[in-house]
Amino acid sequence: MLEGNVNMVGYGLAAIGPGIGIGLIFAAYISGVARQPEARGVLQSIAILGFALAEALAIIGIGLAFAL
Amino acid sequence: MSSTYLAAEGEGFVSPGPGTFVYPPLFGEGTFFTKPMLITVLGTIAIGLFFYLAARRAAMVPSKTQYIGESAYGFVRNSIALDAIGKQGLKYVPYLATTFFFLAVLNIAGIIPVLQFPATSRIALPLFLAVITCLIFNAIGIKKHGLFGYFKDLMFPPGIPWPVYILLAPIEFVSTIIIRPLTLTLRLTFNMFAGHLVLVLFILGGEYLVFEYGGVVGVAAGSVALFGSLVLTAFEGFVQLLQAYVFTLLSALYIGGALADEH
Repeated sequence: MLEGNVNMVGYGLAAIGPGIGIGLIFAAYISGVARQPEARGVLQSIAILGFALAEALAIIGIGLAFAL
Repeated sequence: MSSTYLAAEGEGFVSPGPGTFVYPPLFGEGTFFTKPMLITVLGTIAIGLFFYLAARRAAMVPSKTQYIGESAYGFVRNSIALDAIGKQGLKYVPYLATTFFFLAVLNIAGIIPVLQFPATSRIALPLFLAVITCLIFNAIGIKKHGLFGYFKDLMFPPGIPWPVYILLAPIEFVSTIIIRPLTLTLRLTFNMFAGHLVLVLFILGGEYLVFEYGGVVGVAAGSVALFGSLVLTAFEGFVQLLQAYVFTLLSALYIGGALADEH
């Protein structure tokens, strides 16, 4: 017997996209640093910025999962 | 989701919901002062006191407190203001530093024993800061380019065939005025919200498994969950600092965008 809210399943599905996006962002960051270690400082803030923008989608998802 | 704490009298585990974030007034019914407010006040006093002590006897050879205060301020100055805005960003370091330390301390309250509640998971605080940021970067842009010039730069970037503007202008306008503060707010709020909820779930669930469910299975699984809550606490601390950094970095980038000559 399972109880719960189907909103959470929806949130799980919605989190797939941002998950892939964040993975790609950090993959690019890691390979960038591996090729050019001295560019780490510049790449780091760009990577965190991209991470924050992609993460916003997942965060809006969890907000709506609780609100709706 | 209903606030599931209400159904606690039945047997079985009741998972924590958004009701976890609703605190009763501290001094009994009818008063308004709640725990998140207390954390906000305490955090503000702590930051003010720390930087007062750090700057009180500024010397060429810094004391320990002065050194910590200066490196913390220098972090915001160098790796946020200078990197994201450039030389002209030095004017805005006070605002950025205030935002960063205010948010960092209120976020970190989520993993400090006894307090253990990130005050920024209540939406009012991030919303207010995001609105201030929005007002500041729009005001800067209008001051620099003039009201007409600012919105022209914003909505009609050059070098695009004119039919595209029919789509682009309203999107750019809405994205700058509404979407930017909205995503700033939601990102911070729900990061803290989700993080706190996960911690509460792990701790309450582990406690339930060990003490109520019992047996070898319950104790084993509950111990794993309680150990996991320790790991998650460390991770949560990292996320809380990161989110304060992200909020400040995005504020700086928006200010930098408003200052830029060409979009």
